[in-house]
Amino acid sequence: MTALAATVRHARYVMGENPVTGFAFALFVLIVIAAAFGPYLVPHDPFASDTIVALKPPSLRHWFGTDQLGRDVFSRVIVATRLDFFIAIASVVLVFLMGGLAGVAAGYFGGWTDRIVGRIADTIMAFPLFVLAMGIVAALGNTVQNIVIATAIVNFPLYARVARAEANVRREAGFVEAARLSGNSEFRIVGFHVLPNVFPILAVQMSLTMGYAILNAAGLSFIGLGVRPPTAEWGIMVAEGAAFIVSGEWWIALFPGAALMIAVFCFNLLGDGLRDIVDPRRRT
Amino acid sequence: MGNLILKRLLLAVPSLIGVVIVTFLLTRALPGDPAAYFAGPAATAEAVEEIRVKLGLDQPLIVQFVRYIGDLSHGDLGSSLTTGQPVAAEIKRRLPASAELTLLGLLVSMAIAVPLGILAATQPGSLIDHACRVVTTAGVSLPVFFTGLILIYVFYYKLGWAPAPLGRLDIFFSPPPQVTGFYLIDSLIAGNGALFVASLKQLILPALTLGIFSLAPIARMTRASMLAVLSSDFVRSARASGLSSFTVVVTYAFRNAMLPVITTLGMVFSFLLGANVLVEKVFAWPGIGSFAVEALIASDFAPVQGFVLTMAIMYVALNLIIDILYGLIDPRMRLEA
Repeated sequence: MTALAATVRHARYVMGENPVTGFAFALFVLIVIAAAFGPYLVPHDPFASDTIVALKPPSLRHWFGTDQLGRDVFSRVIVATRLDFFIAIASVVLVFLMGGLAGVAAGYFGGWTDRIVGRIADTIMAFPLFVLAMGIVAALGNTVQNIVIATAIVNFPLYARVARAEANVRREAGFVEAARLSGNSEFRIVGFHVLPNVFPILAVQMSLTMGYAILNAAGLSFIGLGVRPPTAEWGIMVAEGAAFIVSGEWWIALFPGAALMIAVFCFNLLGDGLRDIVDPRRRT
Repeated sequence: MGNLILKRLLLAVPSLIGVVIVTFLLTRALPGDPAAYFAGPAATAEAVEEIRVKLGLDQPLIVQFVRYIGDLSHGDLGSSLTTGQPVAAEIKRRLPASAELTLLGLLVSMAIAVPLGILAATQPGSLIDHACRVVTTAGVSLPVFFTGLILIYVFYYKLGWAPAPLGRLDIFFSPPPQVTGFYLIDSLIAGNGALFVASLKQLILPALTLGIFSLAPIARMTRASMLAVLSSDFVRSARASGLSSFTVVVTYAFRNAMLPVITTLGMVFSFLLGANVLVEKVFAWPGIGSFAVEALIASDFAPVQGFVLTMAIMYVALNLIIDILYGLIDPRMRLEA
C-alpha cells in the first residue's frame, strides 16, 4: 500500500511538473466518457438520414454540420469514439499478450526460444508496417476483428524486444535465484516473478503505441478495410468526406479527422507522461 | 569495403526468405477455399476444381511453396481477377509514379527536418527548440490522409494555387517520353519546361503531405545527435581553436551528427512506404498503392499480394542501401569489417 501511495505521490509530482501530462489526462477522461456514454449523450441519431438537410455547414442545430445523407456529423464523431477506442485497446492488449509473453520467454530461456522469437520479429520488421497490416487484413478477411489482429501483429516486434531485454536482465537477479532455490518451476518463475516485474515497462509501451494503433486502424478503414458504412468510425468518415473536400464541404472530413488527431495526440502525450512516472531515467 | 557489402548482402538474405514465406502464407490464409476465391462467385463446382488443379492447390503445402518460388523467379506474380492482366507488368508500369512521390516526400521532409533539428540543438530551450518539439509531436499525431485533405482544401479549393488532386498530370498534358519514369526528370530530358512545371505542381501537395508525416523522426534524431556531438571534446577543441561557430557547427558537428540520422532513415522509409498508400488514395495518384487499394475493394487478391511483396522487397533493399551507405560514410565501420 505504501508503494502505491508513493506512486500516486510521484504521479502527482510529475503532473505538477509537466502540466501537459495533466492536460493529456483530462483529454483522456473525455475520450473515455465519449466512448462509454457517447450514444446516450448525442443530440441526434447518428444513423438517421434526412436528405432535406444534407450537406449543411455547421449550425446551432448541427454543430459539426451534416453529411451527404443528412446525418449529424457531431453525433457520428462522438459515437465513433467507442469503436476507435475499442480497436486501439483491443489491439494493444492483444500485442501485450503475444509480444510480452514471447519476449519474456525469449529473454528468460534464451537459446532456441530466443532465436525463434527473434526471427519472427525480424521478419515482421522486414515489411513496411502499414503495408503488412493491409496484406494481413486482406488475407484474413475484411472485418474489424482482423484490423485488431493486424495492428497487434505489426506491433509485435516492439513489445517482444522490450520484454526480451527486460527479462534478460532479470534472469540472474537475486529474487529469481531465490524463487528457483525455493523449488519453483521455471514456468512459475517466468509467470509469477519475472513477468510482474516487466509489466510496468510494457504498460508504458502500451500507452505509447495506443496512438499508433488508432492511426493504423483508421488508415486501414480509410482505404476501405474492416469497417463498412454506415458504421460511424473516424477513418471511414474522413474517407466519406474526402469526396466533398474538392467542392468545399470541409466539415464532413474535418471533424472526424480532428477527433482522430486529438485522440492520437492525447495518447502520445499520455504515453510520455506515463514513462516519466514509471521510469524517471528515460525522461527526455 | 567489398567485404562489408558482402556481409550486409548476406544479412539481407534471411529477411528476404522471411518475406517470401510470409507473403506465401498470406495467400494460403485466405478465408474459405482459395480456389473458390480465385474462381469468382459465379463459378461452378467443376470450374472451382479446375482452378484448384491449375493453381496447384491440390498439392501439399511444400510443393505449392516450391511452385510459388518458381513463379517468383520468373517474375510471375499471378494475374488480376478483374482485369486479367499480369500483376507484375502493372506494378512495373506504376512503380515510377510511387517512387517519384516517395523520394520527393523524403527530400521535402529532410529539407525541413534537418535544419529544424540543427537549429533546435544549437539553441536549446529557445523558441525554435519548442517549435521543433511541437512540430515533431504534431507530425506523428496527424493522420496522413487527413493532412492531405486539409492541404487540398486550403491550396486547391480556397487559394486555387494547386491543381486538382487528380493524378500525375493535368489532362491537357501528355506524359514525357519514358526514360526514368520520373516525370520531373523525363520532362527535363525532353527539354519541356512547361511539362516539368505541370508535373511539379501535381507533385507538391502529395510530397508535402508525405514530408510532414515523416519529418518527426528525422527532426528528433537530428536534434538529439546534434546535442550529443556539440558537447563532445572535438567540438570544444574546435571552438577553443577560435573557429567561427558556423564552421564548428556545419563542418565539424553536422557531419558527425548525420550518422545516427542515416540509421533512422530505415524507420522513415517504413513510414513513407506505408503512408504512400494513403496519400495515393487521397490524391488519386496512379502508383502501386492505389493499384493495391482498388484491388482490395474488388476483393482481388493477386495484386494485393504482389504489392505487399514488392513493397517488402524494396524495403529490404532500401535498408541494405542505408547500411552500405553508413559503412561508406563512417570509416569505423570499414575497420570493423
